Amino acid sequence: MKILTANRLTDGIAVWYADGGWAETVDHADIARDKPAEDRLEVIGAKAYAANEVVDVNLIDVDVVNGVVEPVRLREKIRAAGPTIRNDLGKQAAKQATWAA
Amino acid sequence: MYRYDEFDHDFVQARVAEFSDQVQRRLAGEITEDQFRPLRLMNGVYLQLHAYMLRIAVPYGTLNGKQLRMLGHIARKYDKGYGHFTTRQNIQFNWPALSDIPAILADLASVEMHAIQTSGNCIRNVTADHFAGAAADEVADPRPYAEILRQWSSVHPEFSFLPRKFKIAVTGAERDRAAIQTHDIGLHLKKNAAGELGFAVYIGGGQGRTPMVARKIRDFLPEADLLSYCTAILRVYNLYGRRDNKYKARIKILVHETGVEEITRQVEAEWRELRDADLKLPEADIRAIQAYFAPPALTDRPEGDQAVKLARLDSKGFSEWLDQNVVTHRHPDYAAVTISLKGIGEVPGDASDSQMEAVADIAEKYAFDELRVSHEQNLILPHVARADLKAVYDTLVGIGLATANSNLISDIIACPGLDYCALATARSIPIAQEISRRFASLERQREIGELKLKISGCINACGHHHVGHIGILGVEKKGSELYQVTLGGSADENTSVGEIIGRGFSSEEITDAIEQIVETYLGLRLDPQEKFIDAYRRVGPAPFKEALYAGEAKAA
Repeated sequence: MKILTANRLTDGIAVWYADGGWAETVDHADIARDKPAEDRLEVIGAKAYAANEVVDVNLIDVDVVNGVVEPVRLREKIRAAGPTIRNDLGKQAAKQATWAA
Repeated sequence: MYRYDEFDHDFVQARVAEFSDQVQRRLAGEITEDQFRPLRLMNGVYLQLHAYMLRIAVPYGTLNGKQLRMLGHIARKYDKGYGHFTTRQNIQFNWPALSDIPAILADLASVEMHAIQTSGNCIRNVTADHFAGAAADEVADPRPYAEILRQWSSVHPEFSFLPRKFKIAVTGAERDRAAIQTHDIGLHLKKNAAGELGFAVYIGGGQGRTPMVARKIRDFLPEADLLSYCTAILRVYNLYGRRDNKYKARIKILVHETGVEEITRQVEAEWRELRDADLKLPEADIRAIQAYFAPPALTDRPEGDQAVKLARLDSKGFSEWLDQNVVTHRHPDYAAVTISLKGIGEVPGDASDSQMEAVADIAEKYAFDELRVSHEQNLILPHVARADLKAVYDTLVGIGLATANSNLISDIIACPGLDYCALATARSIPIAQEISRRFASLERQREIGELKLKISGCINACGHHHVGHIGILGVEKKGSELYQVTLGGSADENTSVGEIIGRGFSSEEITDAIEQIVETYLGLRLDPQEKFIDAYRRVGPAPFKEALYAGEAKAA
């Protein structure tokens, strides 16, 4: 299973493709469950890159845990949940519970 | 300290205008990311895991209060309220929006700062001893030479597209606090028998995936020949340095593959063509730059001795801080103070907006408006009257920056690691925090003595693990973080690269392993004066391997 991720051009914030747009959380990202679906996401990513909406576009591996999308690699988990430090700030403040779990 | 002249002002303003225009064109979609990327990198803008990152130059680590206050302002207004001081004496902000960067650069330019050449394959920020100008043991202040190198290397047309980045460090003392032997060029400012100033020149040091200790190619280079000789080195490197493989493109690989004798011959041959031409530094120009770095007028403050004695009796905390974070100054009534950015359990090198502002106030009030960033990720007040030390200490206590751990095991260098960095393979900061907490007792840390622990979150070695007495390298193995330990590294005048001690440790095991190493050292040192690094050099890795892995061998 794969999802599409990138960083928004204007502020660099990590985003995930969900429901026709770019969301700031990974939870409900559109999942590609087969090769044709992956190809469709890739095309969406390439278009968004060409349209200067996002940069650093990638397809990443995910699992679905309790109905919520969870990246497989630690790097992508941290990208999604925020730094594992400074839990008083940013999305990690909100996401801390998820990370600990 | 150095003040911009008209040329510097115009140059920085022109760059702000140019890059602001480039950012606007990028945001308007007029240029592509492929076109923009090299432009943003030339101006210190990276894209990291969560956001853009802006790296701001602090030339040779020297700042004044106004500049640090501006960094605090940027942290508050454009970032998340903190900044990260780096091992290259710079500062990084982790969360700036691209659309805000023109405004940030304009704010920086208003206090004579910029982000030029903090990235890219060019000559980077020239670093220097953080006690420069204050140290009792230096022959002369290295910073005027660092400034001359900065002026020469800024948008140098010949050296703006080198095979790879290029780092120069300068020290003015025998005791090397600038880690010059881990740089592409290391310069040791010294005097010859006739009392003239010049440099021992080292080339080809570096860390990363192929750590190498620099080789000395000249024992004494007259100061007037600084630029012609550096040009000769850069020219040989630019011509012969490898461009086919970025991992083999640093000058250290060229030195290694060419051989030090042959490369010295090439540099000297190039230099013969250059030395008597227009790069020769006129005596008057050197003295003019030196005048910018003239030390503050340090009036005698002999009451300091008595004041310190009394304050010691009054406060154990002050006494401990004095012993650990305050060093001798060339003027007996003064001292140089290390402000630790390594509070127990804190993020190494991070400072909040309000801490930056408060430290700026201290510098203005008690330290002749001078500040330094050390490559060990601390802040330095280079000139404080001993009579004012207690007042400085009390203010630092109030802002949570009085941790008395300079050069102890919790004074850890750590790169941003996988919490921020797009290149990282493992986290560094949480490991540093856990080790710091494990060794939280200052009494225990002092019992252990000087111990430099350095952590990198990938093989690029920004956390200097190769030259840590204890080095930790985080890698990814089978989807998990694994931490390799090296022992015996050192970044001073006896630079050495640490040796991998054995199999790596998981994030749950690593702190125990470090404690085991420390306990082993405590058990085998000859006396409390024998430092960790000296003990390691005496006994080698065997006792540490035994302590860490013997159980496994038996179990197997």
